[in-house]
Amino acid sequence: MNANTRAAVRIGTEPGRVARGVILGVVGAIFLIPILAMVEFTFRAGLGGEYTLDHWAGLFAPESARTYRGLFTAIGNSFVLAAVTVAIVLVLLLPTMILVQLQFPRLKRVLEFICIIPITVPAIVLVVGLAPVYSVVVNLLGGAVWTLAFAYGITVLPYAYRAIQANLDAVDVVTLSEAARSLGANWLSVLWRVLLPNLRRGILAASFISVAVVLGEFTIASLLNRTNLQTALLQVSQSDPWVAVIFALLALLLAFVLLLSIGRLGATNRNRSAS
Amino acid sequence: MQARGGVGSESRRHHTARPGRASTRLLRFAGLTPFAIYVLLFLAIPTGIALTTGFFTDDGEVTLDNLAGILEPTILGTFFSSFWISAVTAIVGAVVGALVCYAMLGTRAEGGLRSVVDSASSVLAQFGGVMLAFAFIATIGVQGVVTVALRDIVGVDIFENGVWLYQVPGLLLPYIYFQVPLMIITFMPALEGLKSQWAEANATLGGTRFTYWTRIAAPVLAPSFFGSLLLLFANAFSSYATAAALISQGAQIVPLQIRGALVSETVLGRENMAGALALGMIVVMVIVMWGYSVLQSRTARWQR
Repeated sequence: MNANTRAAVRIGTEPGRVARGVILGVVGAIFLIPILAMVEFTFRAGLGGEYTLDHWAGLFAPESARTYRGLFTAIGNSFVLAAVTVAIVLVLLLPTMILVQLQFPRLKRVLEFICIIPITVPAIVLVVGLAPVYSVVVNLLGGAVWTLAFAYGITVLPYAYRAIQANLDAVDVVTLSEAARSLGANWLSVLWRVLLPNLRRGILAASFISVAVVLGEFTIASLLNRTNLQTALLQVSQSDPWVAVIFALLALLLAFVLLLSIGRLGATNRNRSAS
Repeated sequence: MQARGGVGSESRRHHTARPGRASTRLLRFAGLTPFAIYVLLFLAIPTGIALTTGFFTDDGEVTLDNLAGILEPTILGTFFSSFWISAVTAIVGAVVGALVCYAMLGTRAEGGLRSVVDSASSVLAQFGGVMLAFAFIATIGVQGVVTVALRDIVGVDIFENGVWLYQVPGLLLPYIYFQVPLMIITFMPALEGLKSQWAEANATLGGTRFTYWTRIAAPVLAPSFFGSLLLLFANAFSSYATAAALISQGAQIVPLQIRGALVSETVLGRENMAGALALGMIVVMVIVMWGYSVLQSRTARWQR
């Protein structure tokens, strides 16, 4: 391993230790500045140079529950939206993908094409057409916040599709389900006891990335006049920028942890199949 | 036609499948309908509406006025702003991102460094928006850390000629901040696809590090690099949240122009203008993404 690496450095395919350190160090430091600036900002007493812990302490004070009620409601909304979006992915997308993989291999390209359309149709364009659709949705289902998840299910489609498809490609679901069928399992137990356990990582990754995308979504909520975490953050920032930045940092941290755990899931997966 | 072919090929592969039973075939197709209906209602119909409203007046009459409105100098100007900000941030993002990918070559794919960089990149690439605006106000806002440090320590006032953070040039740094991570995510697989045998062959034949990168790596990586560049362009071109949070008034780029057309009810007869602008954006996006997929398929050739 070590000799290989040294050879790779010598013939120039890989950077040397110094070059790697310099590039990653410089870019990493530059990318850390805005994050650290946010952290510094949350400790500022005012616009002057004094520092205080009040903004962080204020979060846990009993009276803050009242002051930031709007923000807490919005956070609740975002979690409801995340949950319903994940449900849409698991109930609508996942069974369709399994069905296509098992029964309609020719439709795979079609499904893939549909699932990556949302990359080409940006949210700001989609929202132009969603406005009239939602006036119908509100008539049928009421204006409750969870209905927004129908739009978010479309937004997360490319990410969720990629996560699940990677898993589907790595596991031979056709052989697995045939083996289970010939051992006498019915379709329900094939799905529940054979396929889903094998697709666990892809399903988890799709769910996590959906949660991260929904927690960060602003465009659709803002232009359809709904309240979620991001629209509330922007609103709060006009009266209490410190709290807005604190919650922005916490949300970033949560998303980072979610995506880091996706990475670790993938890593253990690869290690297992390698050994 | 396609359905018959699909089931036919299935029956050859599945010994357990019983071909020719129309009812089970129908039943299987029925399994696809919930997703199809969902995609129809919340993707196909909204996209269709967004693309066609530009051709109608408020009263439902067909018109080309809205489309002609795109050619007005102010709106053409916003398209131009969107173009140059997307192009500049895509190029800077692609070059810096590619450098970071290069620096990570040779690290273990499952290692701690790689998974931290990967997850941080995913967060920053997808999670920008409002929080990114906060970050840059705290950094290079009027009282931002870097602004104050430069003013007090170096003696340089970055806002000497007026505060540009809340104008189009102010979008440059925040956009680069999400472009670089996206480049890292999309370009890393291509760079990892370089085979060490090619470098060995190059060395055996007496090539240098320079000939390896210019004669072998560069041609192999070029489609992937320019494909990623196009993806970055599309990403910046369609980005709305960061700009909306930074620029609260005015409509200097196309997405903000759409906001203006959607939100304002004061400008009469202009509600359908949003549709025309959406159509304009889609045309650009389809061309760019088409180029991306062409380049992607050329990339795939080397990754077998």
